[in-house]
Amino acid sequence: MLPDMPERISREEVAHVARLARLRLTDDELDAFTHQLGDVLAHAADVEALQLDDVPPMSHPLPLKNVLRPDVVDESVDRAEVLAAAPSAEDGQFRVPPVLGEAP
Amino acid sequence: MSARARDIAADVRAGRRSAVDVLEEHLARIAEREPEINAFNLVLADEARAMAQAVDAAVAAGDDPGPLAGVPVALKDNLCTRGIPTTCSSRILEGWRPPYDATVVERMRAAGAVFVGKTNMDEFAMGSSTENSAFGPTRNPVAPDRVPGGSSGGSAAAVAAGFAPLSLGSDTGGSIRQPAALCGVVGVKPTYGAVSRYGLVAFASSLDQIGPFAADVADAALLHEVIGGHDPRDSTSIPEPAPSLLARLGEGVAGLRVGVLKELCGEGVEGISPDVLARTRAAADALAAAGAVVEEASVPAAVYGLSAYYLIAPAEASSNLARYDGVRFGLRVDAATTGEMNELTRTAGFGAEVKRRIMLGTYALSAGYYDAYYGKALKVRTLIARDFAAAYERFDLLLSPTSPTTAFRLGDKTADPMVMYLNDVCTIPSNLAGHPSMSVPYGTGDDGLPIGVQLLAPAQGEAVMYRAAAVLEGGLS
Repeated sequence: MLPDMPERISREEVAHVARLARLRLTDDELDAFTHQLGDVLAHAADVEALQLDDVPPMSHPLPLKNVLRPDVVDESVDRAEVLAAAPSAEDGQFRVPPVLGEAP
Repeated sequence: MSARARDIAADVRAGRRSAVDVLEEHLARIAEREPEINAFNLVLADEARAMAQAVDAAVAAGDDPGPLAGVPVALKDNLCTRGIPTTCSSRILEGWRPPYDATVVERMRAAGAVFVGKTNMDEFAMGSSTENSAFGPTRNPVAPDRVPGGSSGGSAAAVAAGFAPLSLGSDTGGSIRQPAALCGVVGVKPTYGAVSRYGLVAFASSLDQIGPFAADVADAALLHEVIGGHDPRDSTSIPEPAPSLLARLGEGVAGLRVGVLKELCGEGVEGISPDVLARTRAAADALAAAGAVVEEASVPAAVYGLSAYYLIAPAEASSNLARYDGVRFGLRVDAATTGEMNELTRTAGFGAEVKRRIMLGTYALSAGYYDAYYGKALKVRTLIARDFAAAYERFDLLLSPTSPTTAFRLGDKTADPMVMYLNDVCTIPSNLAGHPSMSVPYGTGDDGLPIGVQLLAPAQGEAVMYRAAAVLEGGLS
């Protein structure tokens, strides 16, 4: 990026996005990501500049509709096997540290 | 004896070779070269021996083990294998053993395949060099100072090194085709929905597809037929059987209309090398000589593909990777509260490239930027699909380079993410449109390294695409 160009994304915005994404970044990572995300967004300026008001968005290659299976009992994954892969489990459930009383 | 999958399967089915012998030959090759190449996160020697013995026992009992009887296969480490670690080359999934098999794994098992290992990849399939692996990079068997491409670099390297005649990869923006090109093997991204994604760890769900690697076109077709076809467990699976590919492989290209994709063959492709363009022109000439009508084609919106992709794929990834929170599987970093535990786990478990993409996607989806970035990118996707549709009114197939360059040196493109992303410029448009495309080896560059050319087809146009690939391959031998 040229030095006289305004940053596409600020360091503060990057820090905010990291909080949204549940990631803790070091100061060095914040600097690097601010620069690198700015580069990608600068490349995306070609897309940003297009006038596309009349074009519908395409979120998927297939014309998707709800796909339902017959309502019959079928084999499922084994509960004990699933819980065995968890970091912590108790009484047939996933165990986590306290959730209530935290700041959001 | 032939190293081709179809010959191995024919010999094993007929009792001329034992699956155990075939496996031991491949394990010996792995023992010899794997320390240098690092194609695998895990070699499944014991499991493979048990599978090979079962195949031989079936043959001895007069049963037919199936079209992949005794064929060693390597699986990208983002394909779930029940009870066998599946890491996506990420610390956050280290040691995780899935409680179920991916549909493609089930189908190959039912076809008599022997799983030799789980292959290395860029973490969560994010990368173009297999250098973003938590377990160290894979090296290109053709030239070990070079990358194998990515993200399915381990799967491409496994076939190129002769560790397995077949492997499976996944392709979100080129992750099968680009490493195939760089390692000198065949790699195919099927039509979106043509191969079940059940059990494929999700990266960008509207773009991801599983597909085959093989040393030649017929072997890729063989594996494609086994893994393809409807799967009720994937709601995006096309409700049709697998295409018939092998039977039509020899039909040639006489009368087919082939368009050389202008936007991916010159201006508009940053850093494309002249020898790659020369080989693409040679491929066009070869198809013309075989009776195809070859002309220039245009998909104007393809020039926006890279920008659109690097908004859409990170956006979907930021959502898909929200599930790695330390609660149900994989890594957990303990903390006093769940919120803190989520954050510390994700911070410790994800590598730099994965964090970068999660950040980019979270930003592109965030309030105030959604319309400018993600929303715009989805509209560009419509333009690309429309332009392809117009091109396919005139053409049966399109042709372009697969990768702008031959294999680069390890470390050459790691400093600047944007430079790495440019590797995907020719492969991304097919993912955005949901179309099939494949890379076929077509000679070498000035540096002696493999060059691949890309064949692109409209949705469910695989049979014609494979026919043209067979013609290109046949013209070289």
